[in-house]
Amino acid sequence: MTPLSHYLIFSALLFSIGLSGAIMRRNVLVVLMCLELMLTGANVALVAFSRAQGLEGVPVYDAQVLALFVMAIAAAEVAVGLALIVAMFRARRGVESTSLTSLKD
Amino acid sequence: MMQNLPWLFLVLPLAAAAVDWLLLARSPRAAAGVSIASALVTLALCIAYLCGMQTGAPAAYAWFPAQGFDLNLGLLMDALSMKMMLVVTGIGALVHIFSLGYMKGDPSNLSRYFAGLSIFMFSMSCIVLADSLVLTFIGWEMVGFSSYLLIGHWYHKDAAADAAKKAFITNRVGDFGFLIGILLTLGIFGSLHYADMAGHMKVAAGSPVLTAAMLCLFCGAVGKSAQFPLHVWLPDAMEGPTPVSALIHAATMVAAGVYMLVRLQVSMGLDAFTDTACCVIAGIGAITALLSALMAAQQDDIKRVLAYSTLSQLGYMIMAVGLLAGEAAMFHLYTHAWFKALLFLAAGAIIVRCHHEQYIWNMGGLRKKMPLTVLCFLSGTCALVAVPGFSGFFSKESILEAAWERSLPLFILGIIVAAFTTFYMVRLCLVAFCGKARTHEAEQAHEPGFTMLAPLFVLAILSIISGYGFVADQLVPYAEFHAESAEWSATLFAGLGALIVGGGLAWLIYGRPASLAAKSDPLGANRFSRVLRQRLYIDAFYDRVLVGGVQYWFSCLVSCVDDGIIRRLIGQGLGLLTAWAGHLLGRIQDGSLRGYTMMTALGVLILMLILIILF
Repeated sequence: MTPLSHYLIFSALLFSIGLSGAIMRRNVLVVLMCLELMLTGANVALVAFSRAQGLEGVPVYDAQVLALFVMAIAAAEVAVGLALIVAMFRARRGVESTSLTSLKD
Repeated sequence: MMQNLPWLFLVLPLAAAAVDWLLLARSPRAAAGVSIASALVTLALCIAYLCGMQTGAPAAYAWFPAQGFDLNLGLLMDALSMKMMLVVTGIGALVHIFSLGYMKGDPSNLSRYFAGLSIFMFSMSCIVLADSLVLTFIGWEMVGFSSYLLIGHWYHKDAAADAAKKAFITNRVGDFGFLIGILLTLGIFGSLHYADMAGHMKVAAGSPVLTAAMLCLFCGAVGKSAQFPLHVWLPDAMEGPTPVSALIHAATMVAAGVYMLVRLQVSMGLDAFTDTACCVIAGIGAITALLSALMAAQQDDIKRVLAYSTLSQLGYMIMAVGLLAGEAAMFHLYTHAWFKALLFLAAGAIIVRCHHEQYIWNMGGLRKKMPLTVLCFLSGTCALVAVPGFSGFFSKESILEAAWERSLPLFILGIIVAAFTTFYMVRLCLVAFCGKARTHEAEQAHEPGFTMLAPLFVLAILSIISGYGFVADQLVPYAEFHAESAEWSATLFAGLGALIVGGGLAWLIYGRPASLAAKSDPLGANRFSRVLRQRLYIDAFYDRVLVGGVQYWFSCLVSCVDDGIIRRLIGQGLGLLTAWAGHLLGRIQDGSLRGYTMMTALGVLILMLILIILF
């Protein structure tokens, strides 16, 4: 059986990759994908803890329910986010986050 | 029900004032009617009580009952208070009637004027009838307030507004001492009710605490009765309408200080007045009498001469209190009230008929123009300068006799003051009434109407007869008073000497034809006269040192705190700090999405590190 720490390291990696992508990329579409990565990382950790806390092969389902919630919310977020990005692309012919300065100027 | 009848003395004028003020502000005639009716009814009530009507002790009102210290407001109905009430309501009623004539055609709001008079009657009755120092103090403050209202009746004149303010503030100084005195009294006697004071003194007779208490209480009298050094407000108070000067600033309110001290002497016993306190009280009284008689000798405004003369007579009364001669003080208070009210009202009639001219060197020849008024004024003058046979003679004699028995220096001072009194009154009469009219206004003067003459006649009769034993024994506000018949004693000769010297001197200076035609005082260029005209520089001293010095520097200090600390440091400083911080933090909000994410991530990271390190 794979020890818990492997899952956690994997989850932390996913989260970090997502975070660094969200910080560094300019393309809003990629930023959205990176956000999904971060959520996935968190989900992995949740499920891993759920297994680790369980007794005799029966996991603690609370955490898994939470993971399902996160997925549902991520799906909704993507729906909204993609719609925004499409609207943005239509309005500006581009999806660069650095170009969103009309309020500042 | 009947036993509470005396409360009408307070309720009636208060109700009249309220009605005048709130309901009749637009109908001055009705307001005047209400006020006069209330004054007449209280006068009738007072006469009924003095004629022997009995209604039992009025119920006291429990103001705030506290464990062990119950504050009751009640009325004290004894000879002292009821006969004092006669003076107050009697002169009050006459002044109300006189005001009708005096204020006729005055453009100011007469409802306000009569409301002021009524509220004054209420406050003064409060002082006179109070059965405890608490109620006295309430009345004390209320008369100050009504005096403020009435001095400032013509508030559009700067001089009147300033005088009202000066009177009020100067009185506050005295009242502050009075309040401390009341608290000390509570400590010494355990009660503020006059009836509970006698024999309950908790400190030894003559102890310093007692002296301190007495002097603090005396402070109140110094303010209200305008004694040196707080006398400066009274001459300025002459800016008010003349009937007000007669009622408040000559006959009743300014005598409240004397009344209060005598009331304390009667209820606390003479033991309470320690030697030191008596010395100070008599000394202040004598100094006031002397200084103001001197200042009166060179005043050119008819009302100011009378004002300084009031100061000087009040000085006599206070001196008598200090000499432990309460009955002499009250005797003089009582005669002085009649004849000084008469003098002021007659002066008011003259002022009105000379088209509001108060400068005596613009008058002259009035004895032919308005003989009845002048005759009344002269009878008041005779009473004031103590011509034998007039009321002032008897009361002044009794004060001088008290001084003769107890203190020779005060007696000599009293005689000097008497000489000066004659001097300035004869001067006033010669200048204003004799010779020829100096101006067109004085030329046109004529007798006032009935509403003004009638009160003058009543007061003139009273100022002649009120000193004789058969009247005085009945009416002098003092229990068991007996007027002594005049004897050929040293005081009588000294008084007569003062009369002749003062009168003769004035006659020599102002009776000459040159003086009778002069348009200003022939002594005016004299250096001594200049000092007297400048009121001995006491007012100027207060202006320089208190207003220009202490108050100026204190206001500088206050403005330092106000402007420097509160406005600059707290107001502007905090504002600047916030703006600067906002400016600095505003740089972070640069609109770059990546920057925000970075910040959030870093923040979370730092929080996590802190959590890990702490737990």
